[in-house]
Amino acid sequence: MLRDKMVSESLLVNGLKERFGDSILETKIDREEVTHLINKERLVNICMFLKSDVRLKFNFLSDLLAVDYHPQVPRFEVIYHLYSIPHKHRLRLKIKIDEFEKAPSVTHIWRSSDWAEREAYDMLGIVFDKHPNLRRIYLPGDWDGFPLRKDYPLRGYKDRYNPFGEEKK
Amino acid sequence: MVKRKNKQEMAEKEEIIRTKEITLHMGPQHPSTHGVLHLILDMQGERIVKAEPDIGYLHRGTEKIAENLYYPQFVPYTDRLDYLSGMTNNLAYVQAVEKLLGIEITERAKYIRVVASELSRIGGHLLGVGAWALDLGAMTVLLYAFREREMVLDLLEMLCGARMTTNYMRIGGVRLDLPDGFKERCMEFATLLPKRVNDYEQLLTENRIWLKRNKGVGIISAEDAIDLGLSGPSLRGSGVKWDIRKDEPYLVYDRLDFDVPTGENGDCFDRYIVRIEEMRQAARIIKQALRDIPDGPVNVDMPEIVPPPKKDVYKNMESLIHHFKYVSHSFKVPPGEVYSSIESPKGELGFYIVSDGSEKPFRLKIRAPSFVNLQSIDHMCREEYLADVIAIVSSLDPVFGEVDK
Repeated sequence: MLRDKMVSESLLVNGLKERFGDSILETKIDREEVTHLINKERLVNICMFLKSDVRLKFNFLSDLLAVDYHPQVPRFEVIYHLYSIPHKHRLRLKIKIDEFEKAPSVTHIWRSSDWAEREAYDMLGIVFDKHPNLRRIYLPGDWDGFPLRKDYPLRGYKDRYNPFGEEKK
Repeated sequence: MVKRKNKQEMAEKEEIIRTKEITLHMGPQHPSTHGVLHLILDMQGERIVKAEPDIGYLHRGTEKIAENLYYPQFVPYTDRLDYLSGMTNNLAYVQAVEKLLGIEITERAKYIRVVASELSRIGGHLLGVGAWALDLGAMTVLLYAFREREMVLDLLEMLCGARMTTNYMRIGGVRLDLPDGFKERCMEFATLLPKRVNDYEQLLTENRIWLKRNKGVGIISAEDAIDLGLSGPSLRGSGVKWDIRKDEPYLVYDRLDFDVPTGENGDCFDRYIVRIEEMRQAARIIKQALRDIPDGPVNVDMPEIVPPPKKDVYKNMESLIHHFKYVSHSFKVPPGEVYSSIESPKGELGFYIVSDGSEKPFRLKIRAPSFVNLQSIDHMCREEYLADVIAIVSSLDPVFGEVDK
């Protein structure tokens, strides 16, 4: 079991590094989870490779999300949790983008990323380039602001429906 | 003259009966959409051209709340996600935090957690199948299912005192040890349930109406299902044998003997059969877990993570300090990030937590299975009849506490 894990870890690290060495900015193995921080320009290529390669075969996109590291620059991280149903291994990819930058959409690789990208847009205001239908998913279309950003107040902004919200600066 | 008039009338009539595409709003207040699902259906006659879910009516900002609470304080919020099986949500969350802390819980707590989450799974599936049958016109099954769900709720009430938002698991173990008489009652229930499941099968599996309404309806191929992110019983209905309990075993699932049922055609009927069979397997798991459960403590021996029992707090100075620290300051969690997922009744339920070393999560993301599963509804509904949409929604078994977070 332990050997299996080591084999799969070296595959997840080196299998990708061999091919996209210069696009992988940082690799981390923490608590048995492999994370690659990759160049945003190469994301689509890397994802296509990960999905189609016979040894990796990441056919299932578990989750896609964004994290706000305000006031760091670049501000956001977009994170992809991949799983391979045939090989039963997991991998995490990360890209960094700044506030007014766009992230590339992966909807044409995994259709399940459609709603996940819409959620990331709705909650954190990440714009995904070439997403077929990038609208808010939870909140109404005319909502002001992106609630999961660190500079958005917990109680929201004050308006006629929300008298307990914070005054907007 | 008369003839010409007739012709004109005919022409007018033809104009009237010409069909055109219409848009129908189903929900958000509709009894068979399992909550506040709002489907915007584009229809050609009775055929669905496009089904677009409009969600968010129950959005509570759970992830934002989590960022502003201590780690242990967030546990009760998780059982408001999939409120039909609160225990599994508790489990997914506390397991993620434990992974972040790097602690291993006690053997007894592992077995107790297995029993509690399998009970929850049975409860969830019972309501899922029962409500499905009700939506398609077979009311009896719902009443029978509720009879058994009542027993599940009684057992859960023994564990945690609540029937609805069951909140039992804690970071580092469980709240309290099993109460007296629980083992026997639970064993009794696990023995009884397979017989009762046979009863449901008698009512449904060979029922001609049930077959007509479900067989060949809402077909999704394994490839499409994986691509659309389907997981859990809905994915296994399409013949993909992927169960996190088997493939990435957590707790003690690798020591227990159970089967993972799969379907073949990926239609509503297969998804139904998978759920039925999963209830039997869950009863099997409960029996084995109750048989093998070892004695010992139910919490890890770390006073800063698990507060001391209340009776010690009144008598022992150290316990009082620990209790006070736990309640007022909670505990610090080492920086890092983890993704931990379990097989919940609806599919892969994952928690991704980023910690910055403080007492509150920096970012917490819930991978809610119902949310992802609901995406495939458009694919399943296309070219089907309006009445089949009901069966398809039920076969996905979405719970809106989880979809809308």
